[in-house]
Amino acid sequence: MTLQRKDLLGLEHLDAKEIETILNTVPPFKSLFTRSIKKVPTLRGKTVVNLFYEPSTRTRTSFEIASKRLSADVVNISVASSSVVKGESLIDTGKTLEAMKADIIIIRHGLAGAPAVLARNLHASIINAGDGFHEHPSQGLLDLYTIREKKKRLKGLKVLLVGDILHSRVAKSNIWGLTKLGAEVRVSGPPTLIPSRITDLGVKVFYNLDEALKDVDVVNILRIQLERQQENLFPSVHEYIELYQVTANRLRAAKPDVMIMHPGPMNRGIEISSEVADGPNAVIYEQVTNGIAVRMAILYLLSGKKKAI
Amino acid sequence: MKILIKGGKVVDPAAKFEGVTDVLVADGRIAEVKANIKDPDALVIDARGKIVVPGLIDIHTHLREPGHEEEETIASGTKAAAHGGVTSIFCMPNTHPPLDNAPAVEFVLLKAQKEGHVNVFPIGCITKNSAGEELAEIGVLKKAGVIAVSDDGSPVMNSQVMRRALQYTKMFNLPVISHCEDKNLTKGGAMNDGHTSMVLGLRGIPKQAEEIMVSRDIMLAELTGGHLHIAHVSTAGSVELIRQAKARKTNVTAETCPHYFSLTDEEVKNYGTNTKMNPPLRSAEDIEAIKIGLADGTIDCICTDHAPHTEEEKNKEYDLAPFGIIGLETMLGITITELIEKKVLTWAQAVEKLAVNPARIFGLAGRGTLKPGSIADITIIDPEREYSFSEKDFVSKSKNSPFIGRKLKGFPETTIVGGRIAWPLKE
Repeated sequence: MTLQRKDLLGLEHLDAKEIETILNTVPPFKSLFTRSIKKVPTLRGKTVVNLFYEPSTRTRTSFEIASKRLSADVVNISVASSSVVKGESLIDTGKTLEAMKADIIIIRHGLAGAPAVLARNLHASIINAGDGFHEHPSQGLLDLYTIREKKKRLKGLKVLLVGDILHSRVAKSNIWGLTKLGAEVRVSGPPTLIPSRITDLGVKVFYNLDEALKDVDVVNILRIQLERQQENLFPSVHEYIELYQVTANRLRAAKPDVMIMHPGPMNRGIEISSEVADGPNAVIYEQVTNGIAVRMAILYLLSGKKKAI
Repeated sequence: MKILIKGGKVVDPAAKFEGVTDVLVADGRIAEVKANIKDPDALVIDARGKIVVPGLIDIHTHLREPGHEEEETIASGTKAAAHGGVTSIFCMPNTHPPLDNAPAVEFVLLKAQKEGHVNVFPIGCITKNSAGEELAEIGVLKKAGVIAVSDDGSPVMNSQVMRRALQYTKMFNLPVISHCEDKNLTKGGAMNDGHTSMVLGLRGIPKQAEEIMVSRDIMLAELTGGHLHIAHVSTAGSVELIRQAKARKTNVTAETCPHYFSLTDEEVKNYGTNTKMNPPLRSAEDIEAIKIGLADGTIDCICTDHAPHTEEEKNKEYDLAPFGIIGLETMLGITITELIEKKVLTWAQAVEKLAVNPARIFGLAGRGTLKPGSIADITIIDPEREYSFSEKDFVSKSKNSPFIGRKLKGFPETTIVGGRIAWPLKE
């Protein structure tokens, strides 16, 4: 099994079949985690570079562990201690890594389209680990996998995304993946944080969280991204909590077995109450575990492709 | 030198003439326009099957000299103009240093005289350094030779300053060319605000950011009686505002560029930075409205906003790439392919947008027409020739064009400036 693609830049252009191929590749990798030797030789001799222009705990560690469990050689570049601080451009950084024969470059960047710049200038496979407000495909895939694993289906499932949809690459990738696989997607947040054209993607918009929660199967809670705010998107954190914090009380409107997700990191007490984060419906740490298996599947499927160009 | 252009179809709406005839050029002027001219001393250009028009006048270009000669120079930019059939260009003052003082204006004029391939008319700043705060010495600039003022690149955000500019310029008969953009609404924006910007995760530039300032500037023109010229109109809303203002007999004129009647924001889909300019590419509805605005006279001129940038500048993340695309060499081809071939404009109407109106609005005596006695700026066009440009076909120093590879019809074969052949170049 391979994906006939050189790069994974987003879920927008994947069809349902490709997404299902990725999800179906995950279980054998996940089953490794309970063994004492959590390693397979699949990517032995391959060089994987993590090129992170933004801070990250989960995604970077997850890609690193995933690569190492596949026996790849992993290099982590943290931009703050690289020549990027001397003004080296993205393309020159990419070409330098390619000259070192990196097979796969995993890039997280603050600006949309940065992975696309590398993808069209380099022969290496490029994986988007999050680019500005555009997409975070591996997060979208691990969220899909988690939902499918627990709920046994995606078609017809009512899934709600709450929070700063406007600036959320996680939301965008989730929306693409969920709608392609037939889920019923809702978004909720203040009008200033929801793009007016989001309905073009087939989702329903609810400014009222209690309305949005009625009868849902899954709630995926997005962090209020304080570092990406422009002015006057909401008046105060206090008001945001009043209107949009997901609490156990509010969740009574949802289905009794509603599943609570969060991509992390959490602002406990802001978008999610601790009671909910630590409660029995939350699968937040399973998402993290699944993340490694999903990223192993992605790396495995991309490395099989004969390089284009 | 005498030139005899034989058997071409002359389209000269300013002289109310359209027909197959000969044109004789002598001493830099049009000597005669009539059938079967005989002149043994003249260099003969066989123009049978070609269209002969008054030399095209591009009223909005950026020549980058002084200050950014790596992008373009007066020499290379005017050469690109000649290649595109353009005989006169207006250059914007956002150079480094800017054209807000007499020596800088004189530098441009002298350089153009020395090295220019076509006529160059400098535009001066409205405000000092285009900072939008204090009026530039507009009287001094007029004396130095500017034909209009503009802070292009930037709007004049302060309404009182814009009001004073429209008042003050009345005594010099200088149009105020306004780049209409509310910078508070466009902050951080990289492309048109709409479906594509949402999908790509890029901050959007709403149409209203342009329309709010178009509306404001029209009201200030009405308040003061000054001559307002709206630069690079890109939205349907702007076209309608201008149409209504003209119906009220407001002293307002307007221009648009080929990309605003040929490309939508869907072009941005792969983050290619040759789709990035300000104002940005808009929607199909806006393209339609601009075509209608050209056909009904709401928009007076077609120009390029030729904005050269080097490969290093453009080959990066979309948000970080500078705004701007070149346009001198594709203006005529896009106009013919998208407007004349598609019956939006006749040849005569296109010549009005490209030559007659620019000359009239900006007071360029003796230009925009082929009447005997006028300056011999002439463009000879092969209306049937189909072609496309690759990067290396551009004469401009910069190659940042979204039209690379696009099939075009209608090629400017010969460009005559002041009675001498500017294109093709002498070997």
